[in-house]
Amino acid sequence: MALLNKKSQVVLKDPLMNNNPITFQVLGICSALAVTVKVDTAIIMTLAVVFVLSMSNTLISLLRNFIPTRVRIIVQLAIIASLVILTDQVLRAYMYEMSKQLSVFVGLIITNCIVMGRAEAFAMQNKPGQSFLDGLGNGLGYGIILIAVSIFREILGSGTLYGFQVIPSAFYDSGYVNNGLMVLSPGAFIILGLIIWIQRTVFDIEEN
Amino acid sequence: MLEHYLSLATKAIFVENILLAYFLGMCSFLAISNKVQTSVGLGMAVTFVLTITAPANWAIHHYFLEEGALVWIGLPNVDLSYLNFIVFIAVIAAMVQLVEMIMDKFSPTLYHNLGIFLPLIAVNCAILGGSLFLVERKYTLMESTIFGFGSGLGWFLAIASMAAIRHRLRYSNVPSKLRGLGITMLLTGLLSMAFMAFSGIDL
Repeated sequence: MALLNKKSQVVLKDPLMNNNPITFQVLGICSALAVTVKVDTAIIMTLAVVFVLSMSNTLISLLRNFIPTRVRIIVQLAIIASLVILTDQVLRAYMYEMSKQLSVFVGLIITNCIVMGRAEAFAMQNKPGQSFLDGLGNGLGYGIILIAVSIFREILGSGTLYGFQVIPSAFYDSGYVNNGLMVLSPGAFIILGLIIWIQRTVFDIEEN
Repeated sequence: MLEHYLSLATKAIFVENILLAYFLGMCSFLAISNKVQTSVGLGMAVTFVLTITAPANWAIHHYFLEEGALVWIGLPNVDLSYLNFIVFIAVIAAMVQLVEMIMDKFSPTLYHNLGIFLPLIAVNCAILGGSLFLVERKYTLMESTIFGFGSGLGWFLAIASMAAIRHRLRYSNVPSKLRGLGITMLLTGLLSMAFMAFSGIDL
């Protein structure tokens, strides 16, 4: 961290906790929850979002003085869509099984509100270096929540963590059953709601 | 054949509700669902846009982008399906612009109420998600149209019922830290559970 000055540190660290894109800015929940049944899909999704977000922020920031204001949304969308296509093709080529599991949700990074939101709110006004860090920070902040939700869902729903059995089989013998609700979509909503509650209690934030 | 379409429609509206089972369109859902009137308006706009974009994107995928789709101009070996994302989003953006213009002309109140959220339909995950699903599931033209309409209607139902619930919520004593986003997520979870009760219905 010594490499970065004060402002850069804030830009990078702020979205990780006290200004998290999912829980405080309420952005990007769309594609966030569907991939959280298992931890491994959540990690790949996080990597994809971090890549797209930091690259799109950097590129848009580099081009910010050449983009006419009236058509900026289209330009931003074109840049983001190209990066998402790149990510999707790489996933298909090198991790075919994973890309099947993520199905349409990699494509949906295009419409993830975080990517557009950061491009519009940060990259259009700031230098490329800062924008890159902002993208990295927001991508990781998004990833933290995604992975946190997936850890709970995988342990409670399937009894495994990253594919390894964590609930001892003795539990199952004595009558323990996996919670099927966690694998289904309501589980994701409820876990995320509880995480938001805990986080807001810790950081003492209220919403009217 | 009719039963097949009916079953596809019920599936898209209730069992596999695009919002409550696939989490698509959450951003505008969370932002808009605190007023019943606006959410009904947005719900209708989304239904309308989805019903148009689903068959439009189906046709573009089928006649231009799919592997071997360009056989009619003598290029049987071209596979442009990697362009899906960017072309779909362009079609959607154009459609949204159209809806915006029509709405501005015929219903200025609604246009005023939806305000900045109308352009956001273009980046509403539900719309793009609908188009991507119909490619992945290899639907026909008719199936795509029904799926688009059904998904839109399902989204409309979800946001309208959520707005009604949040309207009642104003009179209840929610823990201060849970207010806003937290309680909305928990309620969405309960709503999603309620919609799951429809699974198993097969027409």
